[in-house]
Amino acid sequence: MSTTFDRKIDATLSDPRLQNAIYKATGRLMSHRKIAVDSDVLPEFEELRTQANAVKRHTIENLDWYLEQFERNVLAHGGHVHWARTGTDVADVILGLAKSRNASLIVKSKSMTTEEIDLNERLEHHGLESVETDLGEYIIQLKHERPYHIVAPALHLTRYDVANVFEKKLGVENETEIENQTMIARRVLRDKFLRADIGISGANFLIADSGAVALVENEGNARLTTSAPKVHIAVAGIEKLIPRAQDLATFLKLLGRSGTGQPLTVYTSFLSGPRREDEVDGPEEFHVILLDSGRTKLLADPDKRQSLYCIRCGACLNHCPVYRKIGGHSFPWVYSGPIGAIITPQFHGVESEPGLPFASSLCGACAEVCPVKIDIPKILLELRADVKASEKRHAVNEAERAVFRTFAYVASRPKLWQRATKLAARLGPRGQGYLKKVPGFMNVGPVRAWLSQRDLPAPAEKSFREMWKERGR
Amino acid sequence: MTAREAILRDVRRNLGRAEGATPPPPPEPRIRIPEVSREDRIARMLERVSALAGKTLHARSAGDAVEYVAARTAGQTAVASNAPFLRQIGVTELPGVQSGFTDERNLREACASAEIGITSADYALADTGTLVMMASPAEARLVSLLPPVHMAIVPAERILTGLDELFSLHPLPASETSSMVLITGPSRTADIEQILVRGVHGPGEIHVVVVD
Ligand code: SF4
Repeated sequence: MSTTFDRKIDATLSDPRLQNAIYKATGRLMSHRKIAVDSDVLPEFEELRTQANAVKRHTIENLDWYLEQFERNVLAHGGHVHWARTGTDVADVILGLAKSRNASLIVKSKSMTTEEIDLNERLEHHGLESVETDLGEYIIQLKHERPYHIVAPALHLTRYDVANVFEKKLGVENETEIENQTMIARRVLRDKFLRADIGISGANFLIADSGAVALVENEGNARLTTSAPKVHIAVAGIEKLIPRAQDLATFLKLLGRSGTGQPLTVYTSFLSGPRREDEVDGPEEFHVILLDSGRTKLLADPDKRQSLYCIRCGACLNHCPVYRKIGGHSFPWVYSGPIGAIITPQFHGVESEPGLPFASSLCGACAEVCPVKIDIPKILLELRADVKASEKRHAVNEAERAVFRTFAYVASRPKLWQRATKLAARLGPRGQGYLKKVPGFMNVGPVRAWLSQRDLPAPAEKSFREMWKERGR
Repeated sequence: MTAREAILRDVRRNLGRAEGATPPPPPEPRIRIPEVSREDRIARMLERVSALAGKTLHARSAGDAVEYVAARTAGQTAVASNAPFLRQIGVTELPGVQSGFTDERNLREACASAEIGITSADYALADTGTLVMMASPAEARLVSLLPPVHMAIVPAERILTGLDELFSLHPLPASETSSMVLITGPSRTADIEQILVRGVHGPGEIHVVVVD
């Protein structure tokens, strides 16, 4: 198991307040879900899951066809579709649109996809102000943290943490009443909504036969993001497609109930283009950015591609005994819990965090609650086999395996990694290039062997971490 | 090669699909519409809205509905949408109620400062206590969104059983509107310590008036 993973786990386990917060929050979400899917109130629950699984399977297995159909329908209603291979491509599209429209202020509604590609940091690096507007996301943006949970991003924070960050960043009194804190955020963000040039949302679903984006939320910030500014840009992974608007009758019944136990979230928006003739309000432009960023790679394995059915309800996190102990920040990527454990190695390679598929007791609770019936334990087992196979390939003997672990040790420690890559940046080629030579202490058998298979991206002039810190000043 | 071509190429290669190959038919959409009487639909709608902390009225006449709205808007500023139904029953004539906006800037300013937004709704969904708002020149988006209070006045015959009936009546909402929004209760958050707070961004107070 990798060491970052270990250290965060230790810190989480030895913090009684945090333990209690995770337990209470996930426990509440579990019991709300249980009531909402009970056979007394929803006798068709199992049938809906089976239908959702079949529809997702069909869509993913014919994804190119539905992507093209989606694109045709967006264009037919006067919208625009952009295709992005990487997070950089997404940022480039948005920067281009912002520049030509002279935009400087962006409001954002919650989106795991934009978290995944660090969109805010990329935009702010280019001088744009990009503000998260979901209350939890806003708080963690002010604290420069990543979401703790797919549906409850600030689950780990207390009202006192919020009071402190509001005082520091917004210059308000140290306010510890949650209701008042919420109203402070409302006031600050309302002003942003009314001044923003661009609104960026994610997408819970992309609907092929309609060229539409569906968004679910409780606060109304996604409605404001997509209604108030002149330009609406939706950023979505290509796996978000479903064939027909009528499929929402299945998926909407599952999503809210599985996530928070709500039969429907407060707001569901079905958006299919810019405002039409004679409408008094609404965006004048509608853009959808379709993101690959590793998703096409996941399609290659006929079994593991079901990981792409996920509708990000968060139920598997709430029901996972491991997540409930170690929390969201113990996971190496923005996606935590069981879904994070199966998609992180598939996006980043099993070598990147070889301990991850083993961080599960395979109790099967996740698969039992997953509304689209992803067989998470089975995929975990397959990934474990992949880890073993990759270890065999890369570590020639026990001595070298040990050195490789040292490399992993360094790589997984932010401070040490920073120092090591700075050293490498001084010794090796800069900028766009790839490292063929590594500093002496890292230039050992397995790393060399590893580099002969693939190039290690050269450290940028400034690391992301450094840019982040500078921005914070 | 463009990003579009590269993505579609990789998708096809990894799925083993030929370009343009028609997929097998997708599973039939699952649409089930229960038989529910008009009375039961009204009752269920009002019960669900109340359960979500919304306020409700079952108005026996248009006059009753207008009276209810008048009581809440007394001494306050309100914006009413351009829905013909609101004009017909006289809501737009109430003191303090502004309506008839055709200019975006004026609408925005009015909604941003008004205490109450008054709309009709294209449908209501009894099952979940939901209002269905299709954006149009008659129903602007901001009226049900910017003011802290939202009052919706809905003729009883527009109450459907639920999502299935809605999507069976409108299999392609995009051919009719650029935006269909379902509203189920007041705006809420529980992002700080799981404590429920209403009205974080949208209206924290919602009234559903069903007119028989
Ligand atoms: S894997 Fe299933 S349970 Fe977990 S977040 Fe995705 S849809 Fe929900």
